[in-house]
Order: sequence, then structure tokens, then C-alpha cells
Amino acid sequence: MTVREIKKLLSCDTLWGEHDLDREVHTACGSDMMSDVLAFVKDQSVLITGLVNSQTVRTAMMMDIVCIVFVRGKIPPEDVINLAADNDIILLSTTQLMFESCGKLFGAGLRGGKRES
Amino acid sequence: MNLEFTYTVDPDDFTRAGEASADIKKKLKKMNVPHEAVRKVAIAMYEGEINMVIHANGGIITVFVNEDFITMVLADKGPGIPDVEKAMQEGFSTAPDNIRALGFGAGMGLPNMKKYTDEMKIDTVIGEGTTVTMKVNL
Repeated sequence: MTVREIKKLLSCDTLWGEHDLDREVHTACGSDMMSDVLAFVKDQSVLITGLVNSQTVRTAMMMDIVCIVFVRGKIPPEDVINLAADNDIILLSTTQLMFESCGKLFGAGLRGGKRES
Repeated sequence: MNLEFTYTVDPDDFTRAGEASADIKKKLKKMNVPHEAVRKVAIAMYEGEINMVIHANGGIITVFVNEDFITMVLADKGPGIPDVEKAMQEGFSTAPDNIRALGFGAGMGLPNMKKYTDEMKIDTVIGEGTTVTMKVNL
């Protein structure tokens, strides 16, 4: 699935990375706890979260996450958007809730990462 | 190849936590260290770095790189870990609520560090501090 498809499915605004929306994502993870995100193997993943501080982007950097979708209408502060831009991480924002966002992506065929043993 | 990098972890600014790990990740990538090893080092060190900010009033991280492995030594002068076995259990956390609101304190930090490294050793003395040594084979 491309980031562009995710944007359409969840009616997202692009906060950063409009030029990069054709990048592919293979797995997804929905969580507000970054250590839980760090516990799972991700390959070209999208992170769905309501957490908008700099550690969300740092976690994405460590995991090579392609795109972060902020749910519940959350918009991160400018320094967080800049950090993502510096590291080529696409940022989307949707007014939809975590549960329905994950449900729609799952329904469209996206699956979670598997746990590292 | 024998390289050494040292980072001071600032205890006062949670927004900057992870800068050292992000920097080492970039350096290792440039040195053409295999992708999987870079990812393991970055995740394990990031969890450790966050722990140093949350629990230990910051500290010093030293990373040693040679042909065969990468070693990370995270040394702090924090309160020490009273029960290491308990701290290693997934889900056990002593992080305060304000840290949970920032997305950490799920009790996955130390288990993640162990999971992503080939060797991990914790030396801790109550009231004096903790040194975590982690090794990732190349």
C-alpha cells in the first residue's frame, strides 16, 4: 500500500512529505507507547499514534518507519515536524480515532509487524 | 578499525533524548555497517538513553566499534536498580505518570535492550549508579 492510499483511506492532511506520497508501506503499528512500537519488527512501516512529541519521530527514525499518521486531529509542534522533515519521515494527520483508523487500514489489507523473538 | 564515540545525555530536556542514538545510527550507516546491526544498536541505545533521562539524571554513553562487534556502555550516577530481575520483566515500570504521557514507561525498555543485543550486562549499585553494557555482533 502506498502512503497516498493511506492518506485517502483516512482523509488525512499532509503535514510533511507531499512529494513523497508514493512510497510503499508493508506493515503498520498503532500505539501511543513508543516502547511497544520499538518491540515489534517493522519493514517499511506506518505508525498510527496520538502522541505528538519529538520522541514519536525519534522512534520512527530508529525503526526506519516511513510515515506517521497522527489520529484524533492531533498536530505536532513545528520543531517535531522539522525533525521529521530532516529525516524524510512523512507526516499525516487525520481527525479519525485510533480504532477506526487501524480498522480501515486493516480492512484495506495492511497487517501488523511481527514480534522479534 | 577501532573507533570510539562518547555522548553526554542531558537529564533536563526530554525532547532531546535520543539525539545520541540518532547520531550513532547515522555514523554507523555511513561506515556501511550492516542495516540489521545498525537498527539493533539504534533501538537498544535509544531505550537506554531514554532510561537515563527518566530514571538516572542523565549520564555518559560510550560506543566502541570494531570489525567484529559494537559495544555500548551506558553509565549513570542514578539511584541504581533495586531488583534487576523484576526490572527485566516486560510490563514492569517505575516511570512516573508524566513520562507515560510522553509515550514511555510501558515496562519494555530493558527487555527491548536485551532482545535487540547479543549480550547485555547490568552492573548496579544502590545510591551510586548503573552501568549497562550491550554488545551487538557484526
